[in-house]
Amino acid sequence: MSIQKLKYTLQLADNALILGHRISEWCGHGPILEQDIAITNTALDHLGQARSLFQYAATQFNQLPMADKEQFFSSAVLQKAITSGSQLDEDDLAYLRDGWDFRNVQLVEQPNADWAFTIARSFFYDCFSFFFYTALQKSKDETLAAIAEKSLKEVTYHIRWSSEWVIRLGDGTDESKARMQAAINERWMYTGELLKMSAADTAMLKEGIGADLNTIAPLWQQRVELVLHEAGLQVPPAGWMQEGGKDGRHTEHLGYILAELQFMQRAYPDMEW
Amino acid sequence: MSNKEWPLWEVFIRSKAGLDHKHAGSLHAADAQMAIENARDVYTRRMEGVSIWVVKSSEIHASDPYEAESMYEPATDKIYRHPTFYDLPEGLEHM
Repeated sequence: MSIQKLKYTLQLADNALILGHRISEWCGHGPILEQDIAITNTALDHLGQARSLFQYAATQFNQLPMADKEQFFSSAVLQKAITSGSQLDEDDLAYLRDGWDFRNVQLVEQPNADWAFTIARSFFYDCFSFFFYTALQKSKDETLAAIAEKSLKEVTYHIRWSSEWVIRLGDGTDESKARMQAAINERWMYTGELLKMSAADTAMLKEGIGADLNTIAPLWQQRVELVLHEAGLQVPPAGWMQEGGKDGRHTEHLGYILAELQFMQRAYPDMEW
Repeated sequence: MSNKEWPLWEVFIRSKAGLDHKHAGSLHAADAQMAIENARDVYTRRMEGVSIWVVKSSEIHASDPYEAESMYEPATDKIYRHPTFYDLPEGLEHM
């Protein structure tokens, strides 16, 4: 089992979990009942993808040699489980890892702020994951290819939904246009990392398992420009980009997400309900 | 912020190929496309449908319930209008 494949699987799983959690924060707070249900459905799609990926990551982890296992996660509670010889499962990976062991891109942990910021974040991510999962369907790894194929159906709906909202707000009133443009501009610096190869990305591409982000980058740019153009919005200039999430360096927001997400399992270990 | 409500739409769902679209309920949406997408999320989350129609509620014209007597009661004693006097072949359903 390769360590790089485990890191790669966690990159994908953490993107899905953290974005799903962020979007789920809208549950009960949507601007209108119908959109509350729509966005909550989307959150559940992301969490479903996260589950499949975490199950696969746990299987990979459990097959590692003990020496590798002990090096992999730093949290005390996982260390204890690992040295006592326990097998990890999807819940351990979601609820018991510390922030620096999360490999999601920084984009997905950014706060919801308002509807426009939420849409901008989803739009950038959906444009990425649509082309990413399309490519990942051809992975030599059968499990990842199968997860990609299933996820792509959901993502095809997500990209339509978020693109529609970008156009609706961009092409709407003066206020909605200004707020949509502000959200696009503010979140732009988090998009570079989506398309930049990490060590795990490079290693998996070499083995025919991972997708080539360098071929996805122009497709992403093209799709984003097309939608922004139709919305009457400006495409922000290329510029300095934030990065580090794939290597465990996060913005301050991830800690607050994990505090809420992990509280129950940390405070009441192994509780079920 | 505008407090204007989005218009109301009536939603019709076909549960599987070959069956009719049936009225499922109503919802709010800014336009027809959003109404179809909202209907997908509100009414087909549990695999209820394979096709969706939406119609603006204001475009529905209904019969007047106060005219029910004159509209429908004259049919109640016309039993001969039901084709119940034929022998149907065995195995024929949905008649």
